[in-house]
Amino acid sequence: MTSLLGRDRSDRVYRRVLTGFALILPSLILIILGVLFFNALPALERFGPSFLWTSTWDPVAEVYGAAPMIFGTLASSMLALLIAVPLALSVAIFLTEFSPRWLRQPVAFLVELLAAIPSVVYGMWGIFVLIPFLRSYVVPPLKALFGWTPFLQGVFYGNSLLAGGVILAIMVVPYIAAVSREVLLAVPASQREAALAMGATRWEAVRSAVLPYGRAGLIGAVILGLGRALGETMAVTMVIGNRHDISLSLLQPAYTMAAAIANEFSEATTATYQSALMEVGLLLFVLTVTVNAIARILIWRVARGAAVGSKAL
Amino acid sequence: MKTTRTIALAALLCAAAPAAAQVQLNGAGATFPNIIYSNWMLTYNKAHPDVQLNYQSIGSGGGIRQFSDGTVDFGATDAPMTDSAITAIGGNALHIPTVLGAVVAAYTLPDVSQPVRITADVLADIFFGKVTKWNDARLASTNPGVTLPNQDIIVVHRSDGSGTSFVWTDYLSKVSPEWAQKVGKGPSVNWPVGLGGRGNEGVAATVRQTPGAIGYVELGYALINKMPFAVLRNQAGNWITASLESVTAAAAGGMKEMGPNTDFRVSITNSPGAQAYPAASFTWLLVHKTYSDTAKARALVQFIWWAETEGQAKTHELGYAPLPQELRPWIQARLKTVSAGGRAVWKTAE
Repeated sequence: MTSLLGRDRSDRVYRRVLTGFALILPSLILIILGVLFFNALPALERFGPSFLWTSTWDPVAEVYGAAPMIFGTLASSMLALLIAVPLALSVAIFLTEFSPRWLRQPVAFLVELLAAIPSVVYGMWGIFVLIPFLRSYVVPPLKALFGWTPFLQGVFYGNSLLAGGVILAIMVVPYIAAVSREVLLAVPASQREAALAMGATRWEAVRSAVLPYGRAGLIGAVILGLGRALGETMAVTMVIGNRHDISLSLLQPAYTMAAAIANEFSEATTATYQSALMEVGLLLFVLTVTVNAIARILIWRVARGAAVGSKAL
Repeated sequence: MKTTRTIALAALLCAAAPAAAQVQLNGAGATFPNIIYSNWMLTYNKAHPDVQLNYQSIGSGGGIRQFSDGTVDFGATDAPMTDSAITAIGGNALHIPTVLGAVVAAYTLPDVSQPVRITADVLADIFFGKVTKWNDARLASTNPGVTLPNQDIIVVHRSDGSGTSFVWTDYLSKVSPEWAQKVGKGPSVNWPVGLGGRGNEGVAATVRQTPGAIGYVELGYALINKMPFAVLRNQAGNWITASLESVTAAAAGGMKEMGPNTDFRVSITNSPGAQAYPAASFTWLLVHKTYSDTAKARALVQFIWWAETEGQAKTHELGYAPLPQELRPWIQARLKTVSAGGRAVWKTAE
């Protein structure tokens, strides 16, 4: 009797402790949002919504606009995904569907090892290896082929949106590849067998049965990569050129929100300057939350579609 | 038995005595003088074990902030506090120069072995993006006998807020009215052109990796990394290579403008001295005029005076330019105004 009561009480305590812990993280997010908003208030009042589309960033004249950073953040992340998604998906498909068994673990391990390299090391590597490589072997043929497009205008000096995007791509590949591999491994063997039994080749089986089955998870993997790319700071700032400017050309320097905060915050001595950087932080926060919300909706819709599809099968 | 007890007692007393008078001084600020400050503090602590000195190199802006907030006993900065920042803390701030720094225009031109000479107005126009080629006629005219390549000039600047940028833009503002009006001076400014590198190392790495690049870095950094840097023409019209001597000469040349009652918040860029390197600057310690703790204030003033006298001997080996000796009486005069509890601590210091 007493032991039962005791267990009951310990259960209640246990539940309360767990509930408390579980609530800490969401409240932390709200506190961060609140602090960002409170500190950004002077800039919000002073610059209003024009902060979003003003391109000038002049700490001497105290005129601040975040448009180039918003553009640079989105453009570098999109470029990174454009390069990383096909690469990471190929790795995942190869490892789950085509790779000889003995090769799977070593390759998967090495790809995931990319995620363990510190950001600043990527930055160094970017300056000393990637940029000279791009300058000698990538940009000249690109310019020869697509030099007429607005995306490859101007002279390539090295530090640029292109370099930032490529560095980011390399950094997010392991995340996308690892999650995609797990997703593809979770696809039941019956899916593949059914497609193969219908006379499909290996590639057709992957395309028509495996990928559609796992698409919700695959989108999730891409979004994880995107989230990482949006917030990456150190490696990007070392190669992107850190210029408050909007240019469609991948060869021109750009800036990202995270990089600007990291670069300028410690020496932002005036209240307006600090507040403007806080507002950039707030925008980055909102941007990340929005991207994640869109991803949730996307996954939710796709997952529902897949369920319908599997029912039809 | 009795003797051992006496010895033990004596040992106890010896150990207790300095501990009772232990003074801890905390400071924070500029990264540029970090190496010599750390060295000074270690050396000083060996001679005065009762004074514990800590210095965190968090950057000039952070140093000013922590000094103003009172979270540290002294600050350090490469860019002087503004009038409004000093008013905000009731004028309770003194700037005490400690050593000198200089900023050089490092460049990468693999086929040019002689140092390139650049006049002040051409330098400003390079950073404006108006002079865009290394073989520009205005550059060629000051470099007779040097074949400058037909190559784009790629400007590299600091992307993080920095005292180095302050000195550089201060210099450009003095030599180019247009720069003063359109860009101005500050730890970070709205650069008309160029790539941003993070830190001295970021600018240096980008300059080295990019043929045709020019960027400004601290003199010590360029010397250690053996980067070629431009010879600049000073106000007197002489071509000056940045060196510890020409930087000290810049401070000496600026003394006439300062006068003995200076608060030392003066810029010595574009100094009138004949042998002065034009992009030089003081780096300052920030000290309150009044402290509440007499022991702290006294220890701080003593330490600073030691750094201004004996400490200066360390400058050359560590790659800093010493202050001109003629400045010492003026610095002493400022230090004498530091007080605690309504009384100047200098007298008690002697």
